[in-house]
Amino acid sequence: MLTLNSITMEDQPVKPRRKSQFVIVARRLSQNSSAVIGFVVALLLALMAIFAPIIAPYPYQKQDLTHSRAAPSAQHIMGTDELGRDIFSRIVWGSRFSLSVGILAVLLGTAVGMVFGALAGYFGRVVDDIIMRFMDILQSIPGILLAITISVVLGPGLFNTLLALSFGGIPMACRLLRASILGIRHQEYLEAATSINASTTRIILKHVIPNTFSPLLVSSTMSIGNVIMMGAMLSFIGLGVQPPTPEWGSMISGGRGLIRTCPWMVTFPGLFIMLTVLALNLFGDGLRDALDPKLKK
Amino acid sequence: MGRYILKRLLQMIPVVLGVTILVFTILYFIPGDPVRLLLGAEPTPAQVEAKREAMGLNEPYLVRLGKYVEGIVLHFDFGKSWIYNTPVTSELLQRFPRTLTIAVICMLMQILIGTPLGIIAAVNRNKWGDRLSMFIAMFGISMPNFWIALMLVLLFSVKLGWLPPFGIGGLKYYILPCIANAFPGIATQARQTRSSMLEVIRSDYITTARAKGMSEFRILMKHALPNALLPIITVVGNGMGMLLAGTVVIEMIFGIPGIGWYLVGGIGNRDINVVQSSVIFLAIAFTMIMLLVDLAYAFIDPRVKAQFAGQKRRHHHAHA
Repeated sequence: MLTLNSITMEDQPVKPRRKSQFVIVARRLSQNSSAVIGFVVALLLALMAIFAPIIAPYPYQKQDLTHSRAAPSAQHIMGTDELGRDIFSRIVWGSRFSLSVGILAVLLGTAVGMVFGALAGYFGRVVDDIIMRFMDILQSIPGILLAITISVVLGPGLFNTLLALSFGGIPMACRLLRASILGIRHQEYLEAATSINASTTRIILKHVIPNTFSPLLVSSTMSIGNVIMMGAMLSFIGLGVQPPTPEWGSMISGGRGLIRTCPWMVTFPGLFIMLTVLALNLFGDGLRDALDPKLKK
Repeated sequence: MGRYILKRLLQMIPVVLGVTILVFTILYFIPGDPVRLLLGAEPTPAQVEAKREAMGLNEPYLVRLGKYVEGIVLHFDFGKSWIYNTPVTSELLQRFPRTLTIAVICMLMQILIGTPLGIIAAVNRNKWGDRLSMFIAMFGISMPNFWIALMLVLLFSVKLGWLPPFGIGGLKYYILPCIANAFPGIATQARQTRSSMLEVIRSDYITTARAKGMSEFRILMKHALPNALLPIITVVGNGMGMLLAGTVVIEMIFGIPGIGWYLVGGIGNRDINVVQSSVIFLAIAFTMIMLLVDLAYAFIDPRVKAQFAGQKRRHHHAHA
């Protein structure tokens, strides 16, 4: 039975507890050396993207045909491409595209997925059936193929690429949110919230989302790396962000034909993709362990 | 069990139909007039109109969709290439064995290398063997397969000259493509196997088995592995989707005339029916593989069978 006390306590403990939870998780994270390394590297890459104009030694589009296809040297630490453009500078500028596409596509996909998940979980029945069958269909198309299909229609460009890549994240977020709504739907504190006339929106925002927060955060962090790789793959096959915009995937694609003579054109952009994804995955792994101490016994 | 298989088969039909409709609908909104692209410079309006009529592009969305779906369902006919006017189906069927060969070899590599690595890592938790294999696996999931492919070409074809970088013509042409495509899968498999083994190893029945004096190896094989198998199988199923889709760039890099390369060619030519049909074909192949995985699930896990016998409905979640 609900007592008057438990009703008036309804949303009181939420705020202070969440703050301390954050501190606990941050402390656990800081004790995990690979997560710290991942975080620091990701931060450095983000700084590199933000301060690209200062860091890049040359403008990314500057051609120098007298020094084309130059091997790495003191002047061009990662060599130059067939037009004599400095590869390091192009990589630095390219980090802007990869990072922003990765992060924004995941945010967009997660947000849309959460809306669907909330609708499915909260309304159930027909709404749930329709949404979940649609998610089944969406998931039956392997992620990169879906991104290719949408990208063919939308055409090149940063925003279109981001949009094409975001679709892959919808089903995961939708399922996570729906599952957690179904999981807590019959819990007493929701009954209590309903009994004091809390609105549906309020219940979803105050009670449901915080409960799904950690799995969603982990799955989103882990998928940023994946989305960055997919974005690079799109440009590699000639969709997505197109040359002359410096994008890591399209730089690799451009160097592919010259792999015998100028392997640096292919190697360095790929190394940066790997570094970025690795950093995000290390951090994501650490985050998962920190948020779910059960696994870390 | 027979009823379960039938039920899953029937459940597959709306998904396959849905995929077809979804991909068709997305590509229906392709901007620009494909006919002008086909006819080249300065076609007369009459020519354009005749071509549109011949290709059936003048018909409304629902009619076009209906014809496309009808062709696939009733005659297994994916229509014609917009550019070459050749039947897409025969092209897909002729190419599919190559794509499937790569995907299946990769899947076997993933199971045969990834699973033991994960088990070894779990058993030696936090020792150097675990750390080393998980370190490598972390790299494995962080490299795009097309870059791995190019690095392998650089090392084994350009520098060492051991393996051909391009083309088909025997087993050795498949070695580099398969390694490049399988590497991320092997890494995922090892990571998943490790974590689900660790989960199981902590269970009470493992402690009981130890207390009985059972040998560690027997505990592993008789108690731990069978119980850890379900999440491992799920990764294999989902991985198959990645492997099939991964062949797109792999075939393009290594010049293997499979469905992936066909798809990339279709993108380059803006041959929409080639793109559409290749994606749908691969998605159908993926759905069928997921069905097999589901059946394997039911075969291994008595709970699934019992659940099916007891309840009228089982929610299947395909996510990793």
